[in-house]
Amino acid sequence: MRATTQIYEGGFSDTVFNSQEVFRALMDAMASPGRIIDIGSLTTAPTPISATAGAVAATLFDHDATVWCDKPITGSVPAMGWLKFHTGLEVNLNPSDAQFALISDLEAMPSLESFGKGTSEYPDRSTTIIVQIENFDGPQELTLSGPGIEVTRTFAPSRLPRMFVEQWTANRGIFPRGVDLIFAGKSALAAMPRTTRISKREA
Amino acid sequence: MTELATYNFAYLDEQTKRMIRRAILKAIAIPGYQVPFASREMPMPYGWGTGGVQVTAAIIGPNDTLKVIDQGADDTTNAVSIRAFFQKVSSVRVTTKTTEATIIQTRHRIPETALQTGQTLVYQVPIPEPLRFLEPRETETRKMHALEEYGLMHVKLYEDIARHGHIATTYAYPVKVEGRYVMDPSPTPKFDNPKMHRSPALQLFGAGREKRIYAIPPYTEVVSLDFEDHPFEIQTFSEPCALCGARGSYLDEVILDDKGGSMFVCSDTDFCEDRQSEGHQGHLSANPAQADTHAAGVEK
Amino acid sequence: MYVAVKGGETAIRNAHKLLADRRRGNRSVPAIGLEQIVEQLALAVDRVMAEGSLYDTELAALAVKQARGDMIEAIFLVRAYRTTLPRFGYTKPVETSQMAIERRISATFKDLPGGQLLGPTFDYTHRLLDPELAEDGVMESPDRRVEAHEHTPRVTDILGKDGMIEPDGEMPEGVETGDLTREPLPFPLERDLRLQALARGDEGFLLGLAYSTQRGFGRSHPFAGEIRIGEVEVELEVAELDFPPTLGRIRVTECQMINQFKGSSKQPPQFTRGYGLVFGQSERKSMSMALCDRALRARELGEDITAAAQDEEFVISHSDNVQSTGFVEHLKLPHYVDFQAELDLVRRMRSEHERVASNSSETKEAAE
Repeated sequence: MRATTQIYEGGFSDTVFNSQEVFRALMDAMASPGRIIDIGSLTTAPTPISATAGAVAATLFDHDATVWCDKPITGSVPAMGWLKFHTGLEVNLNPSDAQFALISDLEAMPSLESFGKGTSEYPDRSTTIIVQIENFDGPQELTLSGPGIEVTRTFAPSRLPRMFVEQWTANRGIFPRGVDLIFAGKSALAAMPRTTRISKREA
Repeated sequence: MTELATYNFAYLDEQTKRMIRRAILKAIAIPGYQVPFASREMPMPYGWGTGGVQVTAAIIGPNDTLKVIDQGADDTTNAVSIRAFFQKVSSVRVTTKTTEATIIQTRHRIPETALQTGQTLVYQVPIPEPLRFLEPRETETRKMHALEEYGLMHVKLYEDIARHGHIATTYAYPVKVEGRYVMDPSPTPKFDNPKMHRSPALQLFGAGREKRIYAIPPYTEVVSLDFEDHPFEIQTFSEPCALCGARGSYLDEVILDDKGGSMFVCSDTDFCEDRQSEGHQGHLSANPAQADTHAAGVEK
Repeated sequence: MYVAVKGGETAIRNAHKLLADRRRGNRSVPAIGLEQIVEQLALAVDRVMAEGSLYDTELAALAVKQARGDMIEAIFLVRAYRTTLPRFGYTKPVETSQMAIERRISATFKDLPGGQLLGPTFDYTHRLLDPELAEDGVMESPDRRVEAHEHTPRVTDILGKDGMIEPDGEMPEGVETGDLTREPLPFPLERDLRLQALARGDEGFLLGLAYSTQRGFGRSHPFAGEIRIGEVEVELEVAELDFPPTLGRIRVTECQMINQFKGSSKQPPQFTRGYGLVFGQSERKSMSMALCDRALRARELGEDITAAAQDEEFVISHSDNVQSTGFVEHLKLPHYVDFQAELDLVRRMRSEHERVASNSSETKEAAE
């Protein structure tokens, strides 16, 4: 009984306006890399999906979207049930073919290289990776520059994929191909499209 | 009888909005690249702004204030029609003031007033492919973009120079975005090209019939194609606006009689009205003292 | 003093009022009803359904009425409504060999199982205007066949038995049929998407292209293997059910063209197919579609692409009349900003031209 409640509840209270609100946050985030945009708490998804990741999923996923989810999510019946019920997503088992990836455990995240990077003719056929983190005052400060940033912007997500700067530099190197990142914090989100450069890294 | 349809907020169904939203995010991530999208049939004709309308419909929300312009003016019939459409299907606030708008949908102009952070400019695009008139085939132009093969475009522009002494492209003048993609800025006069460069506003482009969305994020390098010996230059007008006296704004020629009489006025009506309300006057403005000294007619 | 023209909103409102008035016409003439349009202008309704890609006679009739009989405008109205409808699922392919046939003809065999059935055709009517139709006269009832409905195999199936014609096209395994209303067209196209585009393509445009292939611009030696008109069942695919539920019956026209093919190193000589299927009764459209389909298979069959009808991007990108009319008619919209830019350029070039001309005449004079 509890599991079913978990699956059917916790979606947007107003599909039309909540998804518009979250999309605008995503659009602004993508257009201003590293800017942290508060979206409050619009969903309650079953663990391990966070409220923000749940809101992003409900905004972007549907049966036309192929999504790769990491093990803690696919291993959770309520989490997968919630995603299916609220978004109708198409689960994809191969990260390189997925339009989206949902990462709840950054430690075990596959390399950026293993996701879809698009082709030189269709660079848009690539994976947008949504990673769950706690907050945006992490120990590692990245200095970002590139489109969407007037000069530079400091960005410090609480956690980052392993060897992130190296991985990201490689991702930047294959532009216009590449992956894009959405960071889903507790009640806020930020993004790093493939155009963003990490100009320096401070301890 | 099929029961009367009730339409969704901003007309589009949620699935369509998601599809367009996904395309917009990709477009922002790959500045200047044309993302294919499953453009829908809209209740206005293809070629009349369906791409821009779909983009606006996918992003607009109850907190937005919308401005719609065509040829720079808020009161041209198609601008009126599109604005009325959004008032009907989304009941958002509308405005003619550039500074008040969060979303500005435009056809053929970029407002004279500099855009700000947080504003989104949505362009209606008829032919998104800058290489289309050099190579009509999508299969070919796609390869050219993939290989960054833009030689043909330079050849075309250079042929102009050889024949006419200067580049004979005056609108839809191609730009290179962030040093990678050659992009069509939509049929804006090349006068507006410099406004795209490192603009604090987000610029989204929608081509409905051709099913493409592309974008320029804020603070992005947008360079008009040119040559060292023939640098890009914008149009200049020899006289100021006849109504507000502005110099350095884009002017429309208005024919006054059939004897060659004409005058030049700002194409951006909001900009012009603002200046007039601030007390600026042109030689044909409503102020009688001014009007007396200049008979209506051609100023040359 | 100059006052800028304002009042776009009022102008639009007034234009719409005048349009409504003209649509209704003389009030002393009874208004036309949708039933009358469905029953008496059925082929207009069929065309709107076919090119509007929505099978609903009443909505199509409403569109014809609202559009004052302008077919492309009516098609546009239907399309714009269709696009807002939710998508519940996809139907199974309709089984035209099980069609309840009203008309069936083959030009390739004198007689064949199921027979030749003329049905409600304009063929062999002498095109003489009939003054009696101006009045609502008494109408004779049609004669109907009494014998039981005979199984009517498709001509292509008969020919296919001994390999005289290529097999019906099969999509590669695992391929899902595309949907051009949900995805942007990825050129080059597979045949599924191409046929979808042709099915909703403009009748006149496809007719002209089909005709051009007959006149040698991409000749394909066609024979009208079979044309059949009638009703077919539409069954929905539902994963949870063992049997597909029937949604109802729709009238369609199917045309199978049989075309010569000399064979290649890989394939023996055999006939090839061109296929046309449209909503309602429209032989002209289904035949044109079949000829265009065959012409557009040039790439697949290794034929030289020399003519417009064989050029996929050319044909498919320009066959949609809602798109075409929109873009052609958008030239009515103000373009004065662009025009000003061009005007300025031409003025500048003319003055340069004059300067050069006067300079050269001066140097000439000086030389003399």
